[in-house]
Amino acid sequence: MSENYQISSSPHVRAKDSTGRVMLYVIIALLPASLFGIYNFGIRALLLILITVASCVAFEWIFDKIVHKKNTISDMSAVVTGLLLALNFPVSLPWWEAIMGAAFAIIIVKMLFGGLGQNFMNPALGGRCFLLIAFAADMTNYNVIKNGVEAYTGATPLALIRNEGLSAVNVMDMLLGKTAGTIGETSVIAVLIGAILLILFGVIDLKIPGAYIITFAVFMFLFGAERFDTTYVVAQLCGGGLMLGAFFMATDYVTSPITPMGKIVFGICCGLLTGLFRCFGANAEGVSFAIILSNLLVPIIEKWTVPRAFGVVKVKEAKKQ
Amino acid sequence: MNKYVERLYNGVIKENPTFVLMLGMCPTLAVTSSAINGLGMGLSTTVVLIFANLLISCFRKVIPNGVRIPAYIVIVASLVTVVQLLMQAYLQDLSKSLGVYIPLIVVNCIILGRAESFASKNEPVISVFDGVGMGLGFTIGLTIIGLIRELLGAGTLFDQPVLSAIEGFTPITIFIMAPGAFLVLGFLVAGMNIIRKKMDEKGKPLAEPAGCLSGDCASCSQAATCTGKDNVKKDDATKEDTKKETAKSDAK
Repeated sequence: MSENYQISSSPHVRAKDSTGRVMLYVIIALLPASLFGIYNFGIRALLLILITVASCVAFEWIFDKIVHKKNTISDMSAVVTGLLLALNFPVSLPWWEAIMGAAFAIIIVKMLFGGLGQNFMNPALGGRCFLLIAFAADMTNYNVIKNGVEAYTGATPLALIRNEGLSAVNVMDMLLGKTAGTIGETSVIAVLIGAILLILFGVIDLKIPGAYIITFAVFMFLFGAERFDTTYVVAQLCGGGLMLGAFFMATDYVTSPITPMGKIVFGICCGLLTGLFRCFGANAEGVSFAIILSNLLVPIIEKWTVPRAFGVVKVKEAKKQ
Repeated sequence: MNKYVERLYNGVIKENPTFVLMLGMCPTLAVTSSAINGLGMGLSTTVVLIFANLLISCFRKVIPNGVRIPAYIVIVASLVTVVQLLMQAYLQDLSKSLGVYIPLIVVNCIILGRAESFASKNEPVISVFDGVGMGLGFTIGLTIIGLIRELLGAGTLFDQPVLSAIEGFTPITIFIMAPGAFLVLGFLVAGMNIIRKKMDEKGKPLAEPAGCLSGDCASCSQAATCTGKDNVKKDDATKEDTKKETAKSDAK
């Protein structure tokens, strides 16, 4: 009888979600892209993914040990970081550079700022951008040798569009993913399957990716190299890391705004910056830099987009009355 | 400790302009892409700093308080012009690679900072020692940053191949670019903080930045944030004690 009268403070209804569970959903959603990458680029892609994930987890464990903190590898966030980082590598990247990227992502971008929840930019993208500046040649070497034959040579679809024009690429191949590029970015379909899974699991909503992709498409339609050409816009949407970035990296809980309005503003920021970098930058690709720059704007965006609280009258209106 | 040696120790370790006071960040981050650039920048700043401290200390009673900053700038700018012309004459390569950062020594905040907080309140000789200490501290800081960045970013030390002699070495080019400067500086400052903490725990504190020797905290612009006020007060108290004692002995 007395059990029925026990009093406890709220919350009374708890969701079953935990950090580990959400991370597990993200890993499941990333599987299609990873599997396609391994199919497309061969066994070395699998090894690269495994090494990157293992070194991310190891670096987090070692850092926690050194600073005498509670071990945090069980929340699986390091696995997600490692997986996302590896999907952003070209398959020919040397092992030690991949491990260095993992160290930068986990130790410098994430753990030094206080671990999961405190990092100011997406660790995987931080690691990728570090490698992109540090080893520009290796990070943009997209030559792929599979079974002793050169499967792909040289340029990614985006670079082809930039240098040789739209006719150099086949949009259908880009949708399926049979192109040169990083391990996880080539297949738009595989990434979209993962994105649908994420939405079904309730991990992300469409505000950030929607605002991102629409802004980017409009920008490319208006200011792209071939203006008012829908095929060009579709090719730009399918090329490079845009889909992977929009659904998996811009939506990172820690480094994106929590306010509904802020999410849309954040998506627009990402889209505008990506468009600017792709149209007027030195490189054909610009998704990573666009997202980490927008990550830095998140505190300001959140400050400006605090939703109106119920029952509170704004100061100005109160004065009028 | 001798007060002149104390000034040197203060500049190099206790109030190292690069790692403790965080002054002169613009040249620190911009020119340290190689060890020789860091050393050259540090030494040319040291030369200007020593003579600026000497001249400002000599003229401290002549310069009217209201126009003291323009007066300091005139003195520093003249010295920088001398250094710049000398470098163009005898160290052309270094002068080219340091570029605009040599003329920018005029507005280096270490020099103005020392002029304002030390040279304008102290005797010429000790001001020169203060300049030497601060200059050496700056030079050491810049050279260390330059060494690390050059070693990782190009694989060389003072242009001699070290890591780049190993076959298969890929330079981590980010370290000779701007982000590398921030990374290396951040880690060095963190290292300095660890040393400071360790020394505190051992009971041999590396000393917080102490107050200026004049002990005149009332007119000091940094009094609000100064951590050395207590030391100065103690000094004053002991001085007063000795005064009283001498007064007593005089009375006897």
